[in-house]
Amino acid sequence: MDFLNAIIVLFNFTVIPALAYGSQLALGAIFVTLIYAVLRFANFATGDMMSFGTMFAVILTYYFQSLGFGLGVLPTALLTIPFAVLMMILYMLIIDKFVFSYYRIKKSPPVQFAMVSVGVMFVTQALIRIIIGPSDRRFLDGEKFIIKATEFKEMTGLAEGITLKSTQAITIIVTLIVVSIMFWFLNRTKTGTSMRAYSDNEDLALLSGIDPKRVVLITWVIAGILATIGGVLYGLDKSYRPFVYFNNMLPIFAAAIVGGIGNPFGAFLGGYVIAFAEIFVTYAYKRFISYLLPEHLEPDSLLQLLSTDYKFAVSFSILVIVLLIRPSGIFKGKVI
Amino acid sequence: MRNYKNVIAAYSIMIFLIILVGIFQSWSIALTILNYCLISAVMTIGANIQWGYAGLINFGIMGYTALGGLAVVLVSVEPVKKAWQVGGLNILACIWIIVAIIFIVKFILNRFDKSKLRNYSVASVILGGIILLRVTAAPGIEAIESVDPARTGFLGGMGLPVLFSWIFGALLAGSLAFVIGKIALGLRADYLAIATLLIAEIIVSIIKHEEWLARGVKNVIGLKRPAPYEINLQTSEWFINLVTKFNSSKLNLINSISDKQEALNQMVIDASSVYVKLCFTGLFLTVVIILLIVTQKALYSPWGRKMRAIRDNEEAASAMGKNIVKEHLLIFILGSAIVGLAGAMMVTNDGLFTPGSYRPMRYTFVIWVMVIVGGTGNNFGAILGGFVVWFLWVEAAPIALFLINLFTSHLPETNAVRVHLIESAPYFRFLVIGIGLLLIMRYRPQGIIPEKIIKQ
Repeated sequence: MDFLNAIIVLFNFTVIPALAYGSQLALGAIFVTLIYAVLRFANFATGDMMSFGTMFAVILTYYFQSLGFGLGVLPTALLTIPFAVLMMILYMLIIDKFVFSYYRIKKSPPVQFAMVSVGVMFVTQALIRIIIGPSDRRFLDGEKFIIKATEFKEMTGLAEGITLKSTQAITIIVTLIVVSIMFWFLNRTKTGTSMRAYSDNEDLALLSGIDPKRVVLITWVIAGILATIGGVLYGLDKSYRPFVYFNNMLPIFAAAIVGGIGNPFGAFLGGYVIAFAEIFVTYAYKRFISYLLPEHLEPDSLLQLLSTDYKFAVSFSILVIVLLIRPSGIFKGKVI
Repeated sequence: MRNYKNVIAAYSIMIFLIILVGIFQSWSIALTILNYCLISAVMTIGANIQWGYAGLINFGIMGYTALGGLAVVLVSVEPVKKAWQVGGLNILACIWIIVAIIFIVKFILNRFDKSKLRNYSVASVILGGIILLRVTAAPGIEAIESVDPARTGFLGGMGLPVLFSWIFGALLAGSLAFVIGKIALGLRADYLAIATLLIAEIIVSIIKHEEWLARGVKNVIGLKRPAPYEINLQTSEWFINLVTKFNSSKLNLINSISDKQEALNQMVIDASSVYVKLCFTGLFLTVVIILLIVTQKALYSPWGRKMRAIRDNEEAASAMGKNIVKEHLLIFILGSAIVGLAGAMMVTNDGLFTPGSYRPMRYTFVIWVMVIVGGTGNNFGAILGGFVVWFLWVEAAPIALFLINLFTSHLPETNAVRVHLIESAPYFRFLVIGIGLLLIMRYRPQGIIPEKIIKQ
């Protein structure tokens, strides 16, 4: 029984949150990696672009709520995602047309692209703050929990319970659906293949008649979908706050590079690697161990490797280690 | 050296703008802006050395700035004796453990060939070291943090004059840059940017959460100053006489004695704050001028030519027998040290150390915008960029407010759009900086004052 309790403690406090957080990171990381693979630059506006998409979802959620629309037990925000995605894609295409395309045609070095994306970051951040303000917003409605700890305890008769928030379940399911559709698209359709070809070798792709404008357009469309969905899921799970989104850009970058930048599947797994590492390293194992050891051996300390303050530091350390030992990432991406 | 006309013109406009602020807002504000412009100028000189001279992209400016600030605390604050007694030993032991770990890892790396076993043993040494560190440090940290936690709760500093901290800050930042440079400089440009950005974030999170070091997010206030305090000035004879002399014509217009005294008091209070800021301005200006002379000399020396050669064509420079790795490391350290100096200057100017305020937006990206806007590879340009961008950063909100009021003046006071816009006026600074950066990148990629290559 104690062994089961120990497993459930671990599951409840590390695995479920890590899966949800990892899914959110994974979506962002695929976004980064796609932009890197096809458009060939590190997009420092990643976090703010996700925030921008989420902003529309938040505003539309409030609007729908005022109209009385809703999905019942599911959050209204799911209903708003398609509209938010459309707005996001529109914004990205406008930015691309007026900012990035010039440098793409000029074939500027990646550093210049990165600086330009910093400019885009500033502008996006300003727009977000001017439109919706910097304050913390919760836009989750509907049922909050799927399984509550007390219900679980009653059901199984164990001392420990599992709490499954509906946002966590939605995050994981939506991520799996979106990512599988995306991989199917990239690997099985003609457009997806042309995108991969363009990413592998631009000149050869152009030679074989692939329209670069179309590839770029499709990339931004997919990027818009990923950014918005990732942002909305994160906002539903935690809360929507522009500043936090900017900070999230850093673990997202870490995930993309750890997975091998330019490799979408690597980015997908990289998200989970970063999330699990962050949570496993900063989790206090006292309760887990106390179930496994006999009573007189119970540890006094929290058995925490690093305090939760260093959550971000963990992911960055992993990134630094990966960059040092295997710069092309765990799953081979573009060679640095 | 010819054709300095546009440089002089650009700087005159900048000085004129600051004087305008002095006339329309107040001299105190104008001097505050000027001081921050000078600090930003030091930061941009540092960033420009890395980016403009050598083409290294360092997004970790925030980390070095924070380290410079930490140096001020470590140097100038009086040591907390009690904290040293209860926990000093543990902390010293930890330092020795860290040194030991580094040496063991170095030994393993040097002694054995590359193999899986070597990787695992290095990893296990580091992991074991971290656990050992935590076990050693925990009681000490707890003891230190419980010493009068409302006021101290940290080890304090060395109690030296604050100006020493500027040098110490530069040294601290430089030595960190050595470590980071060793790790990260081999990476390609945009990876280097990301890696340095993340490392800076780690540094700041350490400073934020290790309360025994510098009180973390509880902040250290009331730091020493290299300038007199306002309250002392206001009571000293010579200062009051000076103010009276400067304002004698104004004071003579007032007839009643009590009114005159009141007016004088107000003037003394205003003048004391201006005087203190002028002291800082003098100090900062000295630093900026010294740095400018040194960097300018360096830029046009054989060393500067070598750096430009490396920046423009690494392979060719390497073929000429220049050690690129070494030069990159050197310039990375130099630039970071200057940024650390700027960080120390800034904390000295503020008189308080607030680790929570170090955010990449303000301390990394804005500085980068300054370098790009001003002119990469040109020190005069970089300094001008510091001035222009800082000025915009501060004055964007008042200007935006003015414009919003102008354009929405036909709307009623309670109009939702108008109220919302007025509330969000502070965020227009991001918009101004962002659009400014995009326009400069597009239409004048070499910056306001472009780099000048002088044929010698």
